[in-house]
Amino acid sequence: MIKTLNILGKPSRNKLSLFVPIGFSLFALAIIDVILSSFFEINITSILPRWLNFFTPILFGFVGLHYIRIEFSGNRILDKLNKNINSNWFNAILTLIIIFVLIKNIPPLLNWLLIDADFVGTSKEECSREGACWIFINVWIKRLMYGLYPNAEIWRINLSFLMLIGLVISAFFVPIKIKKYIIIFLLFVFPFIAINLISGGNFGLEWVETTAWGGLSLTFIISIFALLFCFPIGMFLALGRRSSAPVIRYSSIGFIEFWRGVPLITVLFMASVMMPMFLPDGTYMDKLVRVIIAITLFEAAYMAEVIRGGLQALPRGQYDAGKSLGMGYWRMHLLVILPQALKLVIPGIANTFLALVKDTPLILVVGLLELVGMIDMAKSNPDWLGFATEGYIFAGIVFWIICYSMSRYSQFLERKYKTDR
Amino acid sequence: MDIKNTTKGFTNFFSGSSTFGKYFPQILTVFFIIFIFGYFTYNAQVNMDNRGIDFGLRFLGEEASFDIQFSLIEYSGASSYARAYLVGVLNTILVAVIGIFFATILGVVIGISRLSSNYLIAKVAEWYIEIFRNIPLLLQLFFWYFAALRALPLPKEAINFFDTAYLSVKGLYIPKFVWTNFDIFFYSIIASIVAIIFVFKYAKNQQEQTGRRIPSFFISFGIIVLLPLLTFLIGGVSLSFEYPVLTQLSKTIFNYIGGVAIIPELMALALALSLYTATFIAECVRAGIMGVTKGQKEAAASIGLTPGQVLRLVVMPQALRIIIPPTTNQYLNLTKNSSLAAAIAYPDLVLVFAGTAMMQTGRAIEIVSITMLTYLSLSIAISIFMNWYNKKIAIKEK
Repeated sequence: MIKTLNILGKPSRNKLSLFVPIGFSLFALAIIDVILSSFFEINITSILPRWLNFFTPILFGFVGLHYIRIEFSGNRILDKLNKNINSNWFNAILTLIIIFVLIKNIPPLLNWLLIDADFVGTSKEECSREGACWIFINVWIKRLMYGLYPNAEIWRINLSFLMLIGLVISAFFVPIKIKKYIIIFLLFVFPFIAINLISGGNFGLEWVETTAWGGLSLTFIISIFALLFCFPIGMFLALGRRSSAPVIRYSSIGFIEFWRGVPLITVLFMASVMMPMFLPDGTYMDKLVRVIIAITLFEAAYMAEVIRGGLQALPRGQYDAGKSLGMGYWRMHLLVILPQALKLVIPGIANTFLALVKDTPLILVVGLLELVGMIDMAKSNPDWLGFATEGYIFAGIVFWIICYSMSRYSQFLERKYKTDR
Repeated sequence: MDIKNTTKGFTNFFSGSSTFGKYFPQILTVFFIIFIFGYFTYNAQVNMDNRGIDFGLRFLGEEASFDIQFSLIEYSGASSYARAYLVGVLNTILVAVIGIFFATILGVVIGISRLSSNYLIAKVAEWYIEIFRNIPLLLQLFFWYFAALRALPLPKEAINFFDTAYLSVKGLYIPKFVWTNFDIFFYSIIASIVAIIFVFKYAKNQQEQTGRRIPSFFISFGIIVLLPLLTFLIGGVSLSFEYPVLTQLSKTIFNYIGGVAIIPELMALALALSLYTATFIAECVRAGIMGVTKGQKEAAASIGLTPGQVLRLVVMPQALRIIIPPTTNQYLNLTKNSSLAAAIAYPDLVLVFAGTAMMQTGRAIEIVSITMLTYLSLSIAISIFMNWYNKKIAIKEK
């Protein structure tokens, strides 16, 4: 089949000026054909029978790409093009299909997302319904970010998160001596300040029930607290799993494998319906607290496996060196082993945190509404029916930005610590 | 004084290098576990006494009296809770199997595409992975279920696939296979698989002993086509299709009757699970193929193997050893993630049992425990199987 294409002779370097213009014009013809037929409903090849008509762009493009597939043409751009998208006939067809699919889909998508979309307004009627109706997001944005938190008190959530961001950023830039104190403050003091600030009830702040918490801020509250608590538990479990004492080892293994073997959704059910049964009669524990405890236990098992990876990656010599200095178990681990092991698994910890953030939308099954839950609520509001797509796309973009930047950061850390050793 | 003595005692917690250090922490752990369990059991006992419920699994035999929208086995409201549980488990397994099947195919294709020399393909694959991996699965599920599948046409204007299958907002309707003497056909398939295994063994033997290559692929292809075909001609097996037919249910409501209905919940779940998990499998596949050193490929090419043979005989067997352990993890994750079904009301184990059945009976402890144990045993079963397979293909060093 390929040979019959060579009516003009095999494409070669000698006839560059013949083949390249023909090839490129055929390729351009193919693209123009697709553009015309998909956006202007003009079919330039309508004289051909229907079954052939459909494939004409592929045929044109295929022949065109065949003609410009000249090895060592001497032209750098052409060589690069051939190497990257046109190395053989199979690649040429794949290239054509991808280009056509992109041409057909990207402009309508952009149209819907941006050009035809409505951004400003306050009600559903202001949407033309030709494109996306971002007014929906605009109107609901406070609910999506802060849940049912009273509007007048939102500054408290903002202040907590601004403090957190400020502290984290300052930790990066101050000298190591002060950095230590900032980190201790962040880990042991700040959580209490933040929780007091957000829940209120003292210092003249109005008490806000946890049922009113929600939106994206709840996602962060849950994941940050779960990460904070699951870290020490995970560390103990990891050490326990490597302990030589059988009872400790097997109970750690049992704990870790149990939580890793069950889905988060059942853990959440456990927290919401089973846990109250296990508490002493008459005590009440807030649902959010129960959920955080459950997620903490769940994530601790994963964290333990990550930390265990770091412990296993350390060479035996480190243990021997620690022991030969006369260090006991705890001193050896605290001063020699764990600092090195934890440094090794920082990317792993970042990935666990990423998974945790991605898992938090699940809390909607027990009635806590973070971003996805709030969108679920907003889209079933009688005034705003029919905007599910916009809502989910918005939430998708928000989560994507958060998760993508975190995964890039963890990849950066991975590279950074790889060169260290 | 030797070092052992100076570090004796409580500082040796966990280490077990002295008698005291060996037993004390373990005894402490045992007491701790007993205390926790005892405390919880006591509280649960008190709470249940106060509410007048007793602990037990007897409720499983009682009549469930709720309906399930989608079931693989006979089920009605008169069936027992145990039966409802079974329906839930089977639905969970069904969606996990479908998800694993599509995620594997898509994952392998995307993973190989990411390594393609074609810049466009590699980029498209990379962006596919970056987009789908970084959006929460629940959100993707909601998107497919509430946004994408709801945008499908009504049954009256359903998308028509060659007059055999119909895709509409009510789901995908495909023809139902109506077999006569299905068992004969089934046995013939098993017989041909056994025969193919023998053919491959024989071909391998022949090649090792005489160097003669037997076209075992064509022979086995012939066997798997011809033997079942024979059962149609002489075994009395026949196959007909029951096509879905558009029927008017009431004045304005149309739907398809007959055939097999694949409900939109199942479609959304299968779509979301396989698109999401495929990204992770693709990364495993990519890591596996990249893990095979270049020298292996060059060596294989230098002894005259064709590119196809290089991939099939040299690269893949080595890459599989790297690919399988992390992929097993992804299969496990997919199975566990299938529990998200409850969020879009696909009747899986969580929705049927931990949802409806628990609301009706109020037996939180029993039902949540059973649900968790079921998932735990599913996970353990998959990981045992994959460990066995992994051991089987591992390099046997002599």
